[in-house]
Amino acid sequence: MKLARKDILGIRDLAVEEINLILDTAESFIEVSTREIKKVPTLRGVTVMNLFYEPSTRTRTSFEIAAKRLSADTINISTATSSVVKGETFIDTAKNLEAMNPDIIVLRHSAAGAPHMLSRVVRQSVINAGDGAHEHPTQALLDMMTIREKKKRIAGLKVSIVGDIAHSRVARSNIYGLTKMGAKVTVGGPSTMMPRFIDRLGVEVHHHVDDAIRDADIIMMLRIQTERQDMSVFPSLREYANLFGLNRKRVALAKEDVIIMHPGPMNRGVEISPDVADGPYSVILDQVTNGVAVRMALLYLLSGGN
Amino acid sequence: MNLLIKGGRVVDPSQELDAKMDILVENGKISKIGKDLPAGGAKASRKAPAIQVLDAHNLLVLPGLVDMHTHLREPGYEYKETIETGSEAALAGGFTSIACMPNTDPINDNRSVTEFIIRQAVKCGLVNVYPVAAVSKGSEGKGLTEFGDLVEAGAVAFSDDGKPVMTGGLMRRALEYAGSFGVPIISHCEDATLSAGGLMNEGLTSTELGLPGIPSISEEVMVARDILIAGYTEAAVHIAHVSTAGSVDLIREAKKRGVRVTAETAPHYFCLSEEALTEFDTRLKMNPPLRSVGDVAAIKKGLWDGTLDAIATDHAPQSSIEKEVEFEYAANGIIGLETSLALSLRLVAEDVLTLPQLVEKMSLNPAKILRLNKGTLKPGADADITIVDPEKAWTVDVKKFRSKSRNSPFGGWQLKGKVIHTIVGGTVKYSNKE
Ligand SMILES: [Zn+2]
Ligand SMILES: [Zn+2]
Repeated sequence: MKLARKDILGIRDLAVEEINLILDTAESFIEVSTREIKKVPTLRGVTVMNLFYEPSTRTRTSFEIAAKRLSADTINISTATSSVVKGETFIDTAKNLEAMNPDIIVLRHSAAGAPHMLSRVVRQSVINAGDGAHEHPTQALLDMMTIREKKKRIAGLKVSIVGDIAHSRVARSNIYGLTKMGAKVTVGGPSTMMPRFIDRLGVEVHHHVDDAIRDADIIMMLRIQTERQDMSVFPSLREYANLFGLNRKRVALAKEDVIIMHPGPMNRGVEISPDVADGPYSVILDQVTNGVAVRMALLYLLSGGN
Repeated sequence: MNLLIKGGRVVDPSQELDAKMDILVENGKISKIGKDLPAGGAKASRKAPAIQVLDAHNLLVLPGLVDMHTHLREPGYEYKETIETGSEAALAGGFTSIACMPNTDPINDNRSVTEFIIRQAVKCGLVNVYPVAAVSKGSEGKGLTEFGDLVEAGAVAFSDDGKPVMTGGLMRRALEYAGSFGVPIISHCEDATLSAGGLMNEGLTSTELGLPGIPSISEEVMVARDILIAGYTEAAVHIAHVSTAGSVDLIREAKKRGVRVTAETAPHYFCLSEEALTEFDTRLKMNPPLRSVGDVAAIKKGLWDGTLDAIATDHAPQSSIEKEVEFEYAANGIIGLETSLALSLRLVAEDVLTLPQLVEKMSLNPAKILRLNKGTLKPGADADITIVDPEKAWTVDVKKFRSKSRNSPFGGWQLKGKVIHTIVGGTVKYSNKE
């Protein structure tokens, strides 16, 4: 089966069959990363351009390793986003890059919708590596891959996502993906961090973390952005940690074999206590490993592989 | 040259007229209206000046349309629009009079800018242009501008449009003081602390797209405030670009209590809703934002029951520099002069409004609110007349716009109803050549 699309802009427009295809392909690539020579010639001659308008060592490195393991050439362009600095616009930049003939452009941008705009103006494949608070499809795919690996299924599981849902692209992509795959998704967090009508996306909403994680198979903690304090979204890190932080006592409310995920980077002691982050339920490092495999799968499938 | 408009359906709510009539125009004024008027007019003689006869069979003959809310961008942003290109766009859209908002550069907060706008408009000689001056100096919401001097210079209303008047104290003084000159305050209702950072309506679509929302309450709390202040001071307030169901309810209730409140909406608020934003199209970004389907229904109801007095365009030209950027960085605003009538005629097709009611909202009422001697075809009135083919189907092509800007989300829309002639002061200023 082939992936019949030019771009990966979000999970929202992916079909269940497409998600399964990507996850199956990613699983087959896990093996490559364990070889002594971690490289296959599959994408020799393919150029992947990482265009990052927002700093993210983690995601960029993951894409770079994924491309290199498939023998693709990579180019990294990191640039500061600016709405005020006049001069070259995003479209100008896009047209310039297009003229250099890469095969796939990976875009991280602080403005929601930027990948959609890019995909309209360039003929190359575009992979959204996170756009504003909109979507982060590769993160959701690696999360689903990790869940499938640990639990052997996704359908029927209770997944609790806790934190700043309103400002989280990770939450959105996971909500779209997990509900599509048949999981029961619960979101938890202060009401100031819940976007309006979030329940209409098919999730259960709780404003007390204990209610949100009760009987969960998976707890997904979101990174809290400390600058939100200034906007009165929450009063202090101390209060947030007290009311919404995940500690060992709270983990006991979930299923016995619960797994704990975090998209990173963590604020230890705020949304997650160190003993939980490093504890036996934590699959945070597996997520990182699967991130490379998922990105390999996408590069491969978008290059026409089957 | 005099003018005889023959055989059209004359719809003039100012004299409760809707009948097949001829109109004779002499010396720039409506001189006679009646059945089968002879060419040559009342004072026909050998010395009678030449007369131009316009055949209006199967066409609508309307009092010239009045747009009480446009942004002409001159002075300061001539790359987006000028008084001349904006007036050209107005003519093509059937407007004979337009009121322009003060958020130019410099802001129209003093006599010299008001006089400049009027002078430029006279020089173009296209449509009647009425400047709306700023409520506060620099529209900064601090001290009042010189209302007296500005009214004398030709300002017809006051508004800090583009921005709200954030403090209730200043709004109270503005309403009281404007009342003594018999001019209204036009209020851009938005509590900027509630809308801060917002990029689209706060609702399911903003949640899906991860875009920060502008809640309906940011408009409604200010509508409520302004209604209360207007009621208390017995002054007249006009609410600009009403976009939410809650605002319509507040205005309806206030009118019942006798508060001197009038209100306008714009075609995009009854033709489009928030779901249209799914592709992050910056042409759909405006302030107030496109609202929910429920709000659209409430706007139509408000037009139907008379709560909303006028349809204005909020014509807001922006160049590609402002619009061909990431959604978050794109400027607000859409242009509307050349699509407003055809979009509004959809309300007649949908039985929301009768044709005379539509003409009221696009001509008579805005003229009344701004105290202009316009919006009527009564003998003696200025011969501002719009002649429309209500059946002519056309496809909106933004490349054909006379406006300098292209920021319309209606490109490609199939519409019905096209302006055939626009007559200002008895002279045919525009004729459709297609
Ligand atoms: Zn406004
Ligand atoms: Zn405006």
